[in-house]
Amino acid sequence: MGRKILFVTTDQQRYDTLGCNGGALSRTPVVDALAAAGRRYERAVPQSVVCMPSRSTMLTGQHPSTHGVWMNGVALAADAPSVASVLHDAGYRTALIGKPHFEPFLDPFARFAENRLARDGLVGLHRGFEHFESATHGARGPLHYARWLLANHPEAVGMFYPVLDGALEVNAMGGGETGAPQVQDNAIPKDWYHTDWVADRTISWLDSLAAEDDWFCWMSFPDPHHPWDPPVSELGRVNWRDVPLPPGYITNQAEREAVLDTKPRHWRAWYDGTLVSNYEAPLDWIPATMTADQVREVNARNAVEVELIDEALGRVLAAIHARGWTEDVDVIFTTDHGELQGDFGLLFKGPYHVDGLMRLPLIWHPAPSAAGTVSTITKPVGLVDLAPTFCAIAGLPVPEWMEGRPLPTDDADAAMRGFERVLTEWDSELFGVAVHLRTITRDGWVCSTYQPGYSHDGSEGELYNLADDPLQQVNRWNDPALSSLRSDLIADLWDHQPPQQKPLARVEAPV
Amino acid sequence: MIWFHLEDCGIMTYGSMRHSISIRRSAADVWQLVGDPARVHEWFPGITSCTVEGARRVIVLGSGLSLPEEILLDDAIQRRFQYRITAPIFKHHRGTLDVIETGGRTCMVVYSTEADPRTMALTIAAGTASALDELKQQMERAS
Repeated sequence: MGRKILFVTTDQQRYDTLGCNGGALSRTPVVDALAAAGRRYERAVPQSVVCMPSRSTMLTGQHPSTHGVWMNGVALAADAPSVASVLHDAGYRTALIGKPHFEPFLDPFARFAENRLARDGLVGLHRGFEHFESATHGARGPLHYARWLLANHPEAVGMFYPVLDGALEVNAMGGGETGAPQVQDNAIPKDWYHTDWVADRTISWLDSLAAEDDWFCWMSFPDPHHPWDPPVSELGRVNWRDVPLPPGYITNQAEREAVLDTKPRHWRAWYDGTLVSNYEAPLDWIPATMTADQVREVNARNAVEVELIDEALGRVLAAIHARGWTEDVDVIFTTDHGELQGDFGLLFKGPYHVDGLMRLPLIWHPAPSAAGTVSTITKPVGLVDLAPTFCAIAGLPVPEWMEGRPLPTDDADAAMRGFERVLTEWDSELFGVAVHLRTITRDGWVCSTYQPGYSHDGSEGELYNLADDPLQQVNRWNDPALSSLRSDLIADLWDHQPPQQKPLARVEAPV
Repeated sequence: MIWFHLEDCGIMTYGSMRHSISIRRSAADVWQLVGDPARVHEWFPGITSCTVEGARRVIVLGSGLSLPEEILLDDAIQRRFQYRITAPIFKHHRGTLDVIETGGRTCMVVYSTEADPRTMALTIAAGTASALDELKQQMERAS
């Protein structure tokens, strides 16, 4: 019998939403306890700041340029490698319960297996997961949660916020008390909400296993990604009127706009509502119109969703304990990317490589039987390192096709094994708007270089000192005193950037 | 892909996409299949069945969705087929399929999709692209 792995992901969660990372808005005692007894990573960086590429990186241990999911709406190849397959082939029982998103959701032809499974009443095998029960942010569509809710509680289906509007664009409709976009009071009972459903289905699957089984379970919560529509019964946990504005929200409009103007022009263009460069934000919502109270209300509801996840995880850990497995279970908690959540007067996400989207929560609580170290790791690591870590936990060699390495156990280990840099990619070509950037995080700097596209001629960039400028409000790309550093970082980026698969895989849907 | 720039045009929700493929079969052979509106489910993955009554066609998709269509043109001389989906979600749709002889018993098949909303243009057109892949496989396998 070996070590078992509970891999917990959320969707679109900021680093600073956890108590162990200094967050004060949400109560996250379960994750905080895991961090206190395990490893807490202070600079975990995604290889893409949107769902499909990032999740594909977690599954394959590859950068987007290699696995080919270069933007949302591009399907991960059916024969793409999968760490779940590696573990399954080695005798692990494997499951993914919750949000997968390796294949597009908008799929009227049902061309993608991820969507056909629930339609056909199946739960696997898919991408190495023998058990695959899927959910996403609402209660419509082909996935297992939507079908479960429709079959068991049809009256609740319409209680969720409609993520897309009648034109299938990201919905701009406002709600709550402030009219913030993607906010709605959801009358659904907490027990029927997808957070609890994911935990319930995980417990059910774990209960189906034999005591001696080794297992890998990816428990993938759809929250706290928008829409911000947690069960209304839970809203009293955080009164939005008491929520402080986040440090990244620049209260003074002129100062905020001056900061935006130091960044490549698509930042200000989106803020002003003149360019929506991707499908990650409502087409007809103008960020410049967002009020401070709307930022407060979004943050309050986000905090409620984070708390619900923490409690759901606590229930799953209790179930694991009841099975007598705790000593042999590694728990890894992270997310796919962050959320701007008011920083720079913006919401949602996009081609903006700053901490709101790029600094992720990552906690590794090793199996107590493995006698792991308790540590805080400050060196940069990537989500690309997760799949190799799972292999290492299982005692398996890391396949050559994985581009990451097992996560360092502390800073000394990170230094010894050369964890110096992490790369992040953005590519999007949607409805005539192309944006391409490459980013390196190294030596306390974040450096992004833009390639020619709709708004850029290829000369633009961003350079931030994470120590002196933790909110990335001073773009030093054009600082002559830093030209040598800038050149060094860019050269290092291209030295380590995997070549992009060409031709690019087809965009199958907006998301 | 269409170009849209809110600075210039305001919010646009119209989309136009085009996919094409070269097939090592004569245009006449390919047209025999794609020019028959009642056989679309034979070569378009994700369309599970269809019924045709005059200029009306109803296709059923893999998701279970049923879409009514109006056949606008079925021109065997030009080898051009045009239709529009009339389901309410579409403010506008037009699908155009051209089979063009390119010599040496090969042809080019071009499948264009225009739609409002643009999201449906993208999604439907991705389906047409996979349909062209399937069509090529079927036609070249049978040659």
